[in-house]
Amino acid sequence: MTIDWAAFTPWAALAGGALIGLAAAMFILLNGRIAGISGIVGGLLNPQAGDITWRIMFVLGILLAPAVWLLAAEMPSIQIDADYPLLIIAGLLVGISTRYGAGCTSGHGVCGISRLSPRSVIATLAFMATGFLTVFIMRHVLS
Amino acid sequence: MNKTFISAFVTGLIFGIGLLVSGMANPDKVLSFLDLAGAWDPSLALVMAGAIAVGLIAFTLVRGRSHSLLGEPLRLPTKKTIDRRLVLGSMGFGVGWGLAGFCPGPALVALGAGELKAAVFVGAMLAGMGLFELLEHRKPTTGQPAKSH
Repeated sequence: MTIDWAAFTPWAALAGGALIGLAAAMFILLNGRIAGISGIVGGLLNPQAGDITWRIMFVLGILLAPAVWLLAAEMPSIQIDADYPLLIIAGLLVGISTRYGAGCTSGHGVCGISRLSPRSVIATLAFMATGFLTVFIMRHVLS
Repeated sequence: MNKTFISAFVTGLIFGIGLLVSGMANPDKVLSFLDLAGAWDPSLALVMAGAIAVGLIAFTLVRGRSHSLLGEPLRLPTKKTIDRRLVLGSMGFGVGWGLAGFCPGPALVALGAGELKAAVFVGAMLAGMGLFELLEHRKPTTGQPAKSH
């Protein structure tokens, strides 16, 4: 293993992580809910009366984050190398699997581990493992 | 407007800005983190560490409470069993994450930044979530009364 020290951004990573943690903290303390993106978005696809507006407001907040960011700074690089067919396959897989597995990086990885949930620890280990494996196959086996 | 709607919006905003600051909104950086055999960028491990450090405090504070500060009932997951759905679902998610470098939150942020590719990913993700709902709530078709003429 070689570490790419030039790409390593420890302070930005910690600060951004702390902001993500702050959002998770605010959501449980104020709204009494888990800030899990796949669950929040997925719930909009089976809408229940009285359970829609907060989800839309949360998603709007995320969608408008770049616009608010631009008031203060330049947009950071967002480099998407995957082509369209791959994006569609990846999107479908992420959509169905996060609902099937009841969470993603935010719900299991951040909130679940923060509340020491064994289910979320297992889920996080599982998606990290297949994430590492998938990139290994894509970059070092298939290409 | 209901206070919980405003807090949901502000929470989403802070979450999205956190994703931008951390580098998680950039699939190229995510894939560099997941590429252990290449030139490895360990940054995203610190994103998790920073988020969990703050999250631990909050989830410790709510322990034993029944309501949030805004008076909402505390809705914590109650499921405890580690079943096939959890493990297979999470494994499938990891594959999708590794294919494009997007998980749900960052994909929404990149969509908000106007990235067309992120819009395609989010469209497919919503289709996948919709498919899940269809499979989950599919009504058994056997034994249904015949159509009237």
